[in-house]
Amino acid sequence: MEWRDTGILLGTRKHGESGLILDVFTPGHGRHAGIVRGGASRRQAPMLQPGAQLDLAWRARLEDHMGTFTAEPQRARAAIAMSHRVTLAGLNAVTALLTFCLPEREPHPGLYRRTETLLDLLDQVTLWPLAYLRWELALLEEMGFGLDLSCCAVTGATEGLTHVSPKSGRAVTRAGAGAWADRLLPLPEVLLGHGAAEDAEIVQALGVTGHFLSHHLAASLGDRPLPAARAAFVERLDRQARR
Amino acid sequence: MSRRNDPIEALIELMARLPGLGPRSARRAVLYLIRKRAALLVPLAAAMQAVADSARPCLNCGNVGTSDICEICQSEARGNGLLCVVEDVADLWAMERSGVFRGRYHVLGGTLSALDGVGPDELRIPQLLSRIEAEGVSEVILALNATVDGQTTAHYIADQLEDRVALSSLAQGVPIGGELDYLDDGTITAALNARKRL
Repeated sequence: MEWRDTGILLGTRKHGESGLILDVFTPGHGRHAGIVRGGASRRQAPMLQPGAQLDLAWRARLEDHMGTFTAEPQRARAAIAMSHRVTLAGLNAVTALLTFCLPEREPHPGLYRRTETLLDLLDQVTLWPLAYLRWELALLEEMGFGLDLSCCAVTGATEGLTHVSPKSGRAVTRAGAGAWADRLLPLPEVLLGHGAAEDAEIVQALGVTGHFLSHHLAASLGDRPLPAARAAFVERLDRQARR
Repeated sequence: MSRRNDPIEALIELMARLPGLGPRSARRAVLYLIRKRAALLVPLAAAMQAVADSARPCLNCGNVGTSDICEICQSEARGNGLLCVVEDVADLWAMERSGVFRGRYHVLGGTLSALDGVGPDELRIPQLLSRIEAEGVSEVILALNATVDGQTTAHYIADQLEDRVALSSLAQGVPIGGELDYLDDGTITAALNARKRL
């Protein structure tokens, strides 16, 4: 068995003294693991940092074997991410969430493209939190828990949307919410593509996506807790917003 | 007597577990030791027994020594207000090898890792926070690896110590003797971002 693809490195684990098990996200083969011999060596270790874009060749005797990777670097992103606290925390959140929710060997080319675009924006520190929020919405959509913010679930109105149903993920107007308003999630304008997309508002919007990630997506994956890296990113962004 | 109970085979089996050694190289090493019994094997066995009896982690910094408080922590000359935070004892020993740093150390015992589920409570971060005031530390140098996990840990510690003490980190860039042509993109990016005026 053999294939060649590009991929984003999500994480590594040591294998023996000098080998690494790579966990990568590829457009054609989804999330895929494989061993890189000598991956922990001084020559290869710097390029095998999470977020790196790699040219991958995978080989195995049988399809269900873990197999081995030959990995050539295309773009390193860790150094760019490390230059700013928010983007470093963001890179951790992206790789941790993908590792958390993607099944192995199931292609998600749309989500892959969104992820590659997001990671290529790591040097745009001011734009990145908004790009991350859009990516999380895309992740929910891809996993089958997308939000429908196009019109009110009660009245059908497309204007004056102020809340989100925590169950259906559909938008609701204030009038439509009525006495149920305090049981609904607030809908920040940034989720509708309006407003200045300040960090504070993005944090509020991440609270909404976080609800669906933890109560719907994580619940469907055996009720595991969301990766701590996501909470750390939101906390980091919140801290930046308060300054 | 089975081969497993043979002390020579047992020694080979144990040596083969050491980093960098396999069964064949362990066998060669054991044969060499047996041939140099008086000059090497006996003193080595005595030295290993002595280390096994006395080696322990320093209760203050996490370094490995032969007493509860290591020599570096005991030295008053090194209590100059500088505290260097490293990931592992091997990093501390590497810093000491250079002979440049004359302050004290704090060994975290790892880095935060989302993938491996290592959080702040698994590392010696609470002990670090308590040392800052107890030892009158004026500057903390974060000498952590230039990896995603290492820098995530550095930022976390920086958050905890912000406004309490001066913080610095090791520079990142072109190594001494390094040629640009052979450097990875990330190192060149870091070196360019950290360029200094001549």
